[in-house]
Amino acid sequence: MVSLILILITSLFFMGVVVKTKSLCSGRKGPGLFQPMWDIFRLWKKSSVFSKETSFIFRISPIIYISSVLTAILMIPHGGIPGVISFDGDFVMFAYLLACGRFMAIISALDTGSSFEGMGASREALFSLFAEPAFFVLMGSLALFTGHTSFHDLFSTLHYEDNISYMLGALATFVFVMIAMIENSRMPVDDPKTHLELTMIHEVMILDNSGFNLGTILYTTNLKFAMYGAIISNFFIGALPLSVSIPLFFAVQFCFAVSAGIIESFMARFRMSHNPQFILILTSVSMLIFFGVLMVKGVFI
Amino acid sequence: MDYISLYNNEKVCRKDIPTLDYLNFLELNTGLLSGQPQRHCVNFFGFEEGEKVILICCIADDLTHKILVSSTVVVKKTEYPSLTAVNHNFENFEREIHESLTIEYSDHPWLKPYRKIEDYPFLKPGSEELHEVGVGPIHAGIIEPGHFRFICNGEQIMHLEISLGYQHRGVEDLMRHKDGILEKATLAEGIAGDTVVGHTSAFSNLWESLCGFERKPYLDFTRTLAMELERVAVHTGDLSALCGDIGYQLGSAVYGRLRTPIVNFMQEWCGNRLSKGLIRPAKVNYPFTDKLAERLREALNAYEADFNEMSSKLASLPSALSRFEKTGVVTLDVMSEIGAVGMAARASGLKRDIRESHPFNLYGKTINHEPLLKRHGDVYSRVQIRREEIRQTLAYIREMLDNIPDFEKPSDIQVCPEADSFVISLTEGWRGEISHCALTDKDGKLVKYKIKDPSLHNWMALAQAVRNNEISDFPVCNKSFNLSYCGHDL
Repeated sequence: MVSLILILITSLFFMGVVVKTKSLCSGRKGPGLFQPMWDIFRLWKKSSVFSKETSFIFRISPIIYISSVLTAILMIPHGGIPGVISFDGDFVMFAYLLACGRFMAIISALDTGSSFEGMGASREALFSLFAEPAFFVLMGSLALFTGHTSFHDLFSTLHYEDNISYMLGALATFVFVMIAMIENSRMPVDDPKTHLELTMIHEVMILDNSGFNLGTILYTTNLKFAMYGAIISNFFIGALPLSVSIPLFFAVQFCFAVSAGIIESFMARFRMSHNPQFILILTSVSMLIFFGVLMVKGVFI
Repeated sequence: MDYISLYNNEKVCRKDIPTLDYLNFLELNTGLLSGQPQRHCVNFFGFEEGEKVILICCIADDLTHKILVSSTVVVKKTEYPSLTAVNHNFENFEREIHESLTIEYSDHPWLKPYRKIEDYPFLKPGSEELHEVGVGPIHAGIIEPGHFRFICNGEQIMHLEISLGYQHRGVEDLMRHKDGILEKATLAEGIAGDTVVGHTSAFSNLWESLCGFERKPYLDFTRTLAMELERVAVHTGDLSALCGDIGYQLGSAVYGRLRTPIVNFMQEWCGNRLSKGLIRPAKVNYPFTDKLAERLREALNAYEADFNEMSSKLASLPSALSRFEKTGVVTLDVMSEIGAVGMAARASGLKRDIRESHPFNLYGKTINHEPLLKRHGDVYSRVQIRREEIRQTLAYIREMLDNIPDFEKPSDIQVCPEADSFVISLTEGWRGEISHCALTDKDGKLVKYKIKDPSLHNWMALAQAVRNNEISDFPVCNKSFNLSYCGHDL
C-alpha cells in the first residue's frame, strides 16, 4: 500500500522534473513542476472526439491501458513492505500485464486505419519485443541471487555483500533506467518532442486520441515512469525504516527524472535502424548480471 | 549566331533575340547543355502573343559569365517533341509550359500537373509487400502545404512523389497587372517569405536595368549586405531546425537563439525582421548609418563566439553525426542531371554559385566570392555547407562594414521601363539561384514577368535524396534542403 501511494504522488511531478531539467539545460526558465499534470487535468475535463473509422476497441483501449499499469503497480513493494498483491512469480505477471496494456495501445492504433499509426504500432511492437529478454534475464538473475521469485521477497532479501554485488546493483539500475526510457518512448530511442509523424513511435500511435482519453494515456506514461523509478529505488532501500526509506525513495525518483532530462537534452535520437541494436545491448548487460550472480553463488570457478 | 549572349542584368532589345524554328531551338538548347557541366538552364518560359506562343530559353554559362538566350514560336494545342527527353534540366519548365499554355509534348517522360491540383495518378506500388504513406497537404508543423506520397518497403523509402501547387497565387500575372512600383516591390517580397532580400534584389536589379537607371553604390551595398545577413539568419535557423529534427535539444535551442540577434538587427535597420520594406528599386528608405554598423559589429562578435562553440560541439557529437552522415545522399551526377542549384548543389560538389559565375551588386567588385564545395551530398554535407557559408559570410560582412558608401536621401524618381526590351536578372539567395526575367512591349508595358525560385529544381533533388533511406529520416532530409512551397507555386 505504501508503494502505491508513493508512486501515485511521484506520478504527479515526475514529468514536471523532466521538463524542468530540459528547460534549464537549454537556457530557459521552463514551466512549473506540476504543469504537465495541469495539462492532463485540462484534458480530463474535455470530451473525446472519435473518428468514424474507429470501433469500440479504440474507445476502451486507454482505460485498459491505464488499468493494466495500475494493476502492475499493485505488485511493487516498498523495501520490506510488500505490495498490495504479492505472490511467487509475480514479476512474470507484472511484465505481461504491461504487455497487455501495450497490446491494447497497438491494436487501437491499428484500428484508426491511418498509415502513420500503423508504422508507429509496428515500431512499438518491435522495440518492446527486444526489451523483454533484458527484463526477464535480469529478474531471473536476481531470483537466482536471492533464491526468491516474488518482488517483495526478492528485494527484501537483496543484500550487497561484496564488490561484485555492488556492481550488480549498478548494472541492474542502468538496465531498468534504459527499459523505462524504451517503455515510455523517450530519448534516445524515441523523441517525444518531434513534430513529424514519420519519426515518432509512441506519439504517432495516440494521434487520433483526444480529450479524456488522451489525458488518460499521458497520465499512464507518468505512472509508468514513477513505477520504474519505484523498482529502481527498491535496489537501494532494502530493509531500512520508513523514515529513511521514503526520503530515499523520492531522492531516487528525482535523480531518475533529472537523468532522463539530461539524456534528452544533450544527445540526438538514434537512427531508427540502430534502435534494435541498442535495445539488444541491454539484454547483454543483463547477461553480465547473470554471470555475475553465478560467480557470487560460486557456480563458476 | 543562333542565340544572344548577355551578362546578368544586361538589357537587350527584344528583336536581338534570335528566333529559331522549334526543331533548331530544341537542338541548340539541348546541344548547349550536353557534355557541358558548367551550363544549366536558368529559365525557360513561354507567353502568348496573339495566336502564337513564344518560348524563350536562357542557359547560363558559369565559365564565360554569360547567359545564352534564344527563342522560338510555337502554336497552342499542337504536339512537339520535348527538350526533357534529351536533358532533364528542362523537366519542370516544360511541365509548366504544358500546363499554362496548352503546348502538347509527344515524348515528355512525366507530364504531371505542375500546379493544378487534380487527379493525376501517383505511381502505384504494384506489389503487396509495399505500402503507401501519404503526408500532407496539411502538416503537423508550421510548414506550408504540399503533398508527399511515399512508397515504402517497411521502414525503407522506395519512391517519393511530391505534389505541389496549393500555394499558387498568380504572382507572375499580378506583377504584370499591378502598375505601381511599390505594389510590384511588395509582391516581389511575397514570392517566398524566407527569401525576401533575394527576390526583392532580383526584382530591383532587373527593374533598374529595364529602365536604364544607373545603380548607385549605396544601392548595391544595401542589397549585398541584406542578402548576406539573410543568409546568416536563415542558415542559422536551419541548423536549429536540423538539430530539432534529430532530437538534439541543445543545438536546437542554441542555434535558435543565435538567429534572433541577426533578425532583430534587421528590425532595427528597416523595421522588419524579415527585411520587408528595405529593398526598393532606385532608392533606399533606410540608410545604413555608422551607428548601425557599430551595432552590427557588436552583434556579429557576440554571435560568432557562440556559433563557433556550438558548431564544434555539434561536429563532435557522435549521436548527431550518426543521424547526419550518409543520410539523404544525392550524387553529383544526379544533381547535374536535374540541374540543381545553390547550396544543395554545392553540398554534392556541383559548383553553382551566381555570386561567382554571374556577379551582381557588390559581388565581383568588393567581394571576390569563392564558392564552398562539399563532396558527399549527404545531410551532413548540407549542414557543413551552412556552417562554413556562415563563417564566410561573416567575413564578407565585416569587409563591407569597412567601406560604407554615402547614402542619398530617398526621392521618388519616376523610372519607366524602356520599350521592347528583355532583361534577365540572377541573384544568389541563401537557398540558391533566383532568376527573374522581364519583357516589355512597344509601349514599355510588361508582356511577361517570369520568376524562378531555386526550389523549382531542388524539389526533385529531395525526391532523389530520400530513396533507400528510412522513412523516419525524411524530416531531416527535407529540412536539410529547406525548400520553398510558395516559391515553387508562385
